[in-house]
Amino acid sequence: MNLSFWLNGVYRHDEVEPDTMLLDFLRDKGCYSIKCGCETSNCGLCTVLMDGKPILSCSTLALRAEGKKIVTMEGMQKEAEEFGTFLADEGAEQCGFCNPGFIMNIFAMENELEDPTEEDIKEYLAGNLCRCSGFVGQTRSILKYLQYKKTKKREEAEK
Amino acid sequence: MLKIKSYVKVNSIAEAYELNQKKSACVLGGMIWLKMGNRNVSTAIDLSGLGLDTVQELEDEYVIGCMTTLRDLEMDKSLNTFTQGAIRESLRHIVGVQFRNCTTVGGSIFGRYGFSDVLSMFLAMDTWVDLYQAGRIPLAEFVKMKKDRDILQSVIVKKTPLKTVYLSQRNTETDFPVLTCAASLIGEQPRTIIGARPGCAMVVEDREDLLYGFTEMSKKEKAEAVRKFSEYAAANVPVGSNMRGSKEYRRLLTEVLTRRAWEALGGIKE
Repeated sequence: MNLSFWLNGVYRHDEVEPDTMLLDFLRDKGCYSIKCGCETSNCGLCTVLMDGKPILSCSTLALRAEGKKIVTMEGMQKEAEEFGTFLADEGAEQCGFCNPGFIMNIFAMENELEDPTEEDIKEYLAGNLCRCSGFVGQTRSILKYLQYKKTKKREEAEK
Repeated sequence: MLKIKSYVKVNSIAEAYELNQKKSACVLGGMIWLKMGNRNVSTAIDLSGLGLDTVQELEDEYVIGCMTTLRDLEMDKSLNTFTQGAIRESLRHIVGVQFRNCTTVGGSIFGRYGFSDVLSMFLAMDTWVDLYQAGRIPLAEFVKMKKDRDILQSVIVKKTPLKTVYLSQRNTETDFPVLTCAASLIGEQPRTIIGARPGCAMVVEDREDLLYGFTEMSKKEKAEAVRKFSEYAAANVPVGSNMRGSKEYRRLLTEVLTRRAWEALGGIKE
């Protein structure tokens, strides 16, 4: 079947089988940041943004992307690198397998929540599982990252 | 593994209904549960092009399209004001934001899943389902009906004055609930729901009228009525065992959650 959608800012037309999941389809198109961690829709490793909202690509038919804007971490390299330094500085990264889905959900949270508290952050990211850490380092890195972004935004506004 | 032979994004509910009469066809909701099973689907029917993904607030009711995501429900300010935040409380523990951006209210209600927080919450309100063929039916009746090939178009919540509290017990955050409990006063009418028994959520019939006239009771009378009713619920709600909890544990939880919910509703405790 035909599928036309935006992938990381590029409009494209593809052929896809009716039962192909978005995760498999996107990996086939070279988006290897997306991973299948659990296959029970629980781990968040396969998170991508669909029209700005985080979804589980493992549980979404590729055909449901018709006419939508899909963003994966391949399309947010600069932003991911910026946040990645905060993760590294807080020693929050161990095996790194969960990072792409985790980072995509942080970007979604940044767009959706204004000035989230630590509790808001934990609730928003409850669907991203990390089996290495206890989320303490990650939470610390997110709080510092958000503070940095806030300061940066304020400084730019003052210029 | 889920196998789909053909996929149709329908242009009308009538088209969806017609396609769905074939036993091997399947209407897609959020697909989370569907994709977990082994199933060969001849025609996957997608309703996502019909604009049934919004919460409409009318003068006397909310009309919630079947394709509205659980996340949209969770974030709906008006519905949350109407339910004193109970809708959000019932949804926010369901896995994560990404998951709730996929799942739909139609899929959750039509599936009548035993574990459903959504079903427990909606049963606690004056809720109706709007089916393409059968028309409007109270949700409490719908949950007892045998599954058929009709199409759920929307879920309607009547704006009957409502006070409600939602509680659930989970072994760990984001897991299925071990038990859910919703207590509400629909107008003056008390209603208690127990779900994840692990069977489908049910209305606890107060055959002894223990909560009758609850709003008129003094604080002391309320506390006594709540105590008696929670014991009654534990004795009368059929519960069972599964990997998340034993029958005995669920019976204890039924009493505790019922008591806590009614204590909160009656202003006895926060």
